[in-house]
Amino acid sequence: MSSKKLNFSRRQLLRTGAASGIVLATPTFFIKGANAQAAYCNEPSGSTVTLGFNVPQTGAYADEGADELRAYKLAVKHLNGEGDGGMLNTFKPSVLKGNGILGKKVAFVTGDTQTKSDAARASAKRMIEKDNAVMITGGSSSGVAVAVQALCQEAGVIFMAGLTHSNDTTGKDKRANGFRHFFNTYMSGAALGPVLENEYGKERVAYHLTADYNWGWSQEKSMKDFTEAIGWKTQTTVNTPVGAGDFSQYITPVLNSGADVLILNHYGKDMVNSLTQAVQFGLRDKQVNGKNFEIIVPLFSRLMAQGAGDSIKGILGSTNWNWSLQDEGSQAFVKSFGAEYGAPPSMAAHTCYVQALLYANAAEMAGTFSPEGIVKSLEGFKFDGMGNGPTEYRAEDHQCFKDVLVVRGNQNPTSQFDLLEVVEVTPRAQVEYDAEIMGGNLGPVNAKAC
Amino acid sequence: MDAIFLQILNGLDKGGAYALIALGLTLAFGTLGVVNFAHGALFMLGAFVAVAFNRIISYQQIVLDPVNKTAWGTPVEIRTSYAETLFGDFGLFLIDYSVPISVLIAIPVMLLIGIAMERGLIRHFYNRPHADQILVTFGLAIVLEEIVKHYFGANPIPQSAPSIFSGSANVGLWLGLGENVVYPWWRLIYFGFSAIVIFMVFAFLKFTTFGMVVRAGMYDRDTVGLLGINIQKRFTIIFGLAAVVAGVAGAMYTPIFPPDYNIGMQFLVLSFVVVVVGGMGSLGGAVAAGFLLGILQSFASMNEVKQIFPGIDQIIIYLVAVIILLTMPRGLLGRKGMMED
Repeated sequence: MSSKKLNFSRRQLLRTGAASGIVLATPTFFIKGANAQAAYCNEPSGSTVTLGFNVPQTGAYADEGADELRAYKLAVKHLNGEGDGGMLNTFKPSVLKGNGILGKKVAFVTGDTQTKSDAARASAKRMIEKDNAVMITGGSSSGVAVAVQALCQEAGVIFMAGLTHSNDTTGKDKRANGFRHFFNTYMSGAALGPVLENEYGKERVAYHLTADYNWGWSQEKSMKDFTEAIGWKTQTTVNTPVGAGDFSQYITPVLNSGADVLILNHYGKDMVNSLTQAVQFGLRDKQVNGKNFEIIVPLFSRLMAQGAGDSIKGILGSTNWNWSLQDEGSQAFVKSFGAEYGAPPSMAAHTCYVQALLYANAAEMAGTFSPEGIVKSLEGFKFDGMGNGPTEYRAEDHQCFKDVLVVRGNQNPTSQFDLLEVVEVTPRAQVEYDAEIMGGNLGPVNAKAC
Repeated sequence: MDAIFLQILNGLDKGGAYALIALGLTLAFGTLGVVNFAHGALFMLGAFVAVAFNRIISYQQIVLDPVNKTAWGTPVEIRTSYAETLFGDFGLFLIDYSVPISVLIAIPVMLLIGIAMERGLIRHFYNRPHADQILVTFGLAIVLEEIVKHYFGANPIPQSAPSIFSGSANVGLWLGLGENVVYPWWRLIYFGFSAIVIFMVFAFLKFTTFGMVVRAGMYDRDTVGLLGINIQKRFTIIFGLAAVVAGVAGAMYTPIFPPDYNIGMQFLVLSFVVVVVGGMGSLGGAVAAGFLLGILQSFASMNEVKQIFPGIDQIIIYLVAVIILLTMPRGLLGRKGMMED
């Protein structure tokens, strides 16, 4: 066998290298040129505009993510002039015409957040860089929302948050390119405080079980502040690991603690498990300090409540929206969603649908998809007919301010969906706060080309 | 005193679940030498036998209400279970007792699943390194989870204990302690159930000819084979038995917390720690370690303990595992030669 020896001179090698470099760099050169012509990141150039729906499609919150995706698809349908129009008919003031956004047909791509910050950032990045999404929206966790919001800020696209309840999303981690329609833990506490006083009196001793992460701490602090303000004492606060599964070892100390209220600062599966187990331990049948023992779940989700079965009956909590509301906007949305999918929308679906419409309307108002134009349109934007009464996107922190619902697990549900009854619609003024107390800084809008 | 007693009860029922899963893991490892990372999925499948049976027995006849409409304009559905329509009170009894009944159903179902798993997949990995076994069984667990998620969704599905056991027992009054010492009936039953299952497995292995052959095979597989006994066939049945133990443990656990597709994984890692602490291949060790770690975990969650050692509840099991393995490398009751090649 003969071996062939490569016979390159140094000069030939340099020449070949330079030629290869030019060839390899050529596509990049053209792409860069193309991007340089865009005024801002992913400026739509054809007849369509692409939105990126980043929702949990796998993992623990997959069902909630599926409901969010249903809502987004319905919103796209309505924006493109298909279907019955849903809340497009009730949203005011609105410049939406049902012919897409700025005359461009709305298309969408989806990503799977897996309810993990890194996975959510990767899917959002893919939608921005590969699919040219001009806006990212969705999600079912505050950790994900904060991470994706920061990514969108860096990339120069708008982020319309989905279900995220931590104060930090529009508090210390707020960004100029990010907007949240959903309420937060402060508002939950502010809405629940007076109702708890009316229902359970001023002399109560509370025991908190708190999910040991950002949202749990945020929720615990709000509930502690507002219950202490009405005269309650906080007996103990205990952090529980996220996904603990069995909470019995955290619940048994409650029995002998002298507390007469248990506040479960848990969400999702943790809420289902801790609530179910607290009821199994007979807490709701107990009398302590001469009063009936009570359990409170500050953040209720109908989809999650299904998992708790009968345990949620009579339990007080708060929610962003519920399908049983009788206002024109809610009814239009429930009718449209129910006819399409055979079930009423969840609060996650509602907030996502509303966010899609608000973004579209902001673009129409601004006459551009540029983040600068969108931010300008949304900041201080006041609207109605979207299910929560008169609402405002506050300019200082990009947080929506609206009425908050205090709900109770329905004692006599009339259907499998009829799990929560609205106890009180807390007016916006009662849950409003100074943006300064949450810290953070919006910073400048990033509207650079990408 | 009351708090300590309650934490002991907690540890016993938690330890019961750990012990049952660890027992199945040890059976599979001790006989076939297989490190089965799909064992948690078997616990999950058992739980979903209970969910599936409940769905079947509660299957409802839907009649459309001619008058009332839903908020989206379709007729309201009036639902009545077929079991109630067909069998009256007996139908309602079947629905109420669906969890205990499903435990009985889980026995043949899980036996078949276990045998099918061993014959269809695991036997091909007997002579492969443990790393290969871990990878393939872990992959199998993920596949099983995704299948269950596809059919049952991602959310937990609540199951009720029979209504007669739905409340709490006033254990304090029985034992002369305070009236605050109450404990859910079903958790007490679960502890009793796990003790009975563990006793039955030990009795089966100790007092039957089949069990004697299996124990002999666990110590010296080659010699048993030279005696003309088809030990492989018996080991396959033992793998099925391990699946049954995991499955019934899962089915009985459903009223304690609502199962979802991921419930097995939550137990799997802890159960492996239990097996290692108990001693690889030691059935007695697995049971002892299960209860020991369950009780320690409960005590570590007490506020008084957490005030001195913050976060101890989340690391106690691993901390104890490290200490035991440093002082007793084979675990509490580990056998010489197990995984020491």
